[in-house]
Amino acid sequence: MERTSGHAGPLAEAGCLQLQDVALELHGHHLLHLNETISPGGVLTVMGPSGSGKSTLLAWIAGFMSPSFHATGRAILDGEDITGRPAEKTGVGLLFQDPLLFPHLSVAGNVKFGARGGKDDVAERVENALASVGLAGFGHRDPETLSGGQRARVALVRLILSRPRAILLDEPFSKLDTPLRRELRAVVFEHLRQQNVPAVLVTHDQEDADAAGGIIVTID
Amino acid sequence: MLRLAPWIIVLSLVLPVVGGTLLTVPPAFGYLPVLGGDDWSFRPWLELAETPGILRSVAVSFGSGLLATGLALIIVFLFLSTIANTRFDRWIQRLISPLLSIPHAAAAFGFAFLIAPSGLLLRWLSPSLTGFERPPDWLLLNDPFGVSLISGLVVKEIPFLLLVSLAGLPQLNAGQRVMLARSLGYLPRVAWFKAVAPALYPLIRLPVYAVLAFATSTVDVAMILGPNLPSTLSVQVVHWFNDPDLTRRFLASAGALLQLLVTASALSVWWGLEKLIGKGFNAWVAGGNRQRSDGTLWLAGRGLMLIATLLPVLGLFALALNSVAGFWRFPDAWPGSVTLSHWLQALPDLARPFWMTMVIATAASVLAVAMVLAALEHEQRLNRPATRALWLLYLPLLVPQVGFLSGITVLSQMAGQAPALWVVVWAHLLFVLPYVYLTLVEPYRRFDFRWVILGRSLGLSVNQAFWRIRLPMMLRPVLTAMALGVAISVSQYLPTQMLGGGRIVTVTTEAVALSSGGDRRLIGVWAMVQAITPFIGFVLALLIPRLLWKERRGMQAL
Repeated sequence: MERTSGHAGPLAEAGCLQLQDVALELHGHHLLHLNETISPGGVLTVMGPSGSGKSTLLAWIAGFMSPSFHATGRAILDGEDITGRPAEKTGVGLLFQDPLLFPHLSVAGNVKFGARGGKDDVAERVENALASVGLAGFGHRDPETLSGGQRARVALVRLILSRPRAILLDEPFSKLDTPLRRELRAVVFEHLRQQNVPAVLVTHDQEDADAAGGIIVTID
Repeated sequence: MLRLAPWIIVLSLVLPVVGGTLLTVPPAFGYLPVLGGDDWSFRPWLELAETPGILRSVAVSFGSGLLATGLALIIVFLFLSTIANTRFDRWIQRLISPLLSIPHAAAAFGFAFLIAPSGLLLRWLSPSLTGFERPPDWLLLNDPFGVSLISGLVVKEIPFLLLVSLAGLPQLNAGQRVMLARSLGYLPRVAWFKAVAPALYPLIRLPVYAVLAFATSTVDVAMILGPNLPSTLSVQVVHWFNDPDLTRRFLASAGALLQLLVTASALSVWWGLEKLIGKGFNAWVAGGNRQRSDGTLWLAGRGLMLIATLLPVLGLFALALNSVAGFWRFPDAWPGSVTLSHWLQALPDLARPFWMTMVIATAASVLAVAMVLAALEHEQRLNRPATRALWLLYLPLLVPQVGFLSGITVLSQMAGQAPALWVVVWAHLLFVLPYVYLTLVEPYRRFDFRWVILGRSLGLSVNQAFWRIRLPMMLRPVLTAMALGVAISVSQYLPTQMLGGGRIVTVTTEAVALSSGGDRRLIGVWAMVQAITPFIGFVLALLIPRLLWKERRGMQAL
């Protein structure tokens, strides 16, 4: 494993995601070992071939790792130990390869699904958030009628409105074609910086890592 | 609570089957104090042995079961060997589910209306081809050798065996296997039999056993199509049970145990044949002979399957025709007049049994779906198969109904309990659960787990994720499973008849009861109602998601 640039911060830094002595094993086979602190607004990029355990790392942080894996170490978010918490209590948001818009809900319904922070003005916040990614007036639409890029934006907006305290991205651009990938990368990283929360990006695309601009960890 | 779901399923299936069977034993040996049987003895068995024609009853039950299962399996395999995704194949595959959901009794009545001496087929052939001016004096129906029973069973079981085979084929890469064998110089049909059949059979073994157990012990089909004087063993047992002379219960219990033995021996003979044929088959496959022509196989596979699919469709047509026929002289192909009077006459009597059918069917299938969903959800949360004991789901399908239902009936009467609806619902559940489980297990496991993870990362608890994500997204398969449950429940005759003690009356018990009367018009009406009832469920299962998600294209494809 090699590590480039970045620095390890002091313990229990406010808003930080700390991965302390994290080690993953599959059937006794050692996969990876990490010791990192990601500051708010910062991105830790984990690169490596498939099967290297990088997606499992995200699953472990978010609280739904498959029981066939074994993990040691701790994940500390904003000073709280979130290791082993049920997924809905970690405060960690996810962005997958596929946008995964619920097919039984409208675009607005999808965004509202995860929205935190009171019910009063939720419709307005949903509309504003959609407008911020260029999807004003799309709320009533069937997700199936959107283009690939539009769906990815809806997924991003849904994630942002759920007010995560940390964000995990599992190869979020890998299924898009090159021009769309560039455009979306810009939108996503801009929103990540605005949110000012720590993020972990798993990818095998060097351009993703460059755009993220944080610490890069490569697993072999 | 969820943790208990698999065990609740297993217990609610195993307890009645095993308990009911065990409870049949004491009365079969003369012990049943409430009926004055205080001593254990072999008297019921002696009485059974002295029953006129008992050997013949046993022989017909045993033989018709084996023959029907064997023939159905052969026809299905012959057809599968010719399958090539032609329009005919797709047409057959689309017909499987509707054919499967026709209740046994209705299918048997339809078949009877076709092949009877005054049935539709002979009418269409007479007098031009046969010269008959009057119905011939042939025993085409209820023949003493059980030929009509066997034919009816073959036709009814083919769709089921075809369905389970088609479900198994994809995992075998059947297409590639056939290609490989053909490239080695085998003709296409022979290639299928040599390269696919030996791998397919183990996958459908359990369903085949279920078919065999059913065929050796069916009551409603045998009452309609089987021989009389003597009738099949299972029918005899039910008659003894329903005898107003309660001391006949001892004889009936002995008969029920004998039925268990008959089915068990049919299963063992089948198992032995399986080994024997398997050996011969392997030798044939390994022998490497290349046949010069397999046209006969092709013709047999296509032809027999065509007949087997046409017969039930024509049977339904015959039922419908009889239910509206006015005066209908023999050789006439069509009724002289059409009337709604039989329907209007039957309508007042239909209402209550119809609602009772719906209540029982809805209760049983809702319960079954809830139990199966709980078990599957538990399995998902554990992230590993819940329990191996779930193979016991097949138990109620492998043990003859009369065998254990008689024990339960005796128990509930000993407890002085009047026939209760919940007991009947539970008995239906025994047969609904296995099919509901088998239809839901694949879609449930295939469901992309990321949906649930996503939902939980958005703040939903595991339970909320089930109600707000999994259930709505799986509504279509869940409703289909429920409709199948309704269809299975509607076709149940014996559980309602025996446990309902004549006081719980459904469309099915009424229709089967009419078979002895022989009023074709009335039977036509009731059997039609019985055949249509399951379709209500399937139509709802199709319509509800479509209406609910009219604007959601993603839900139409799922």
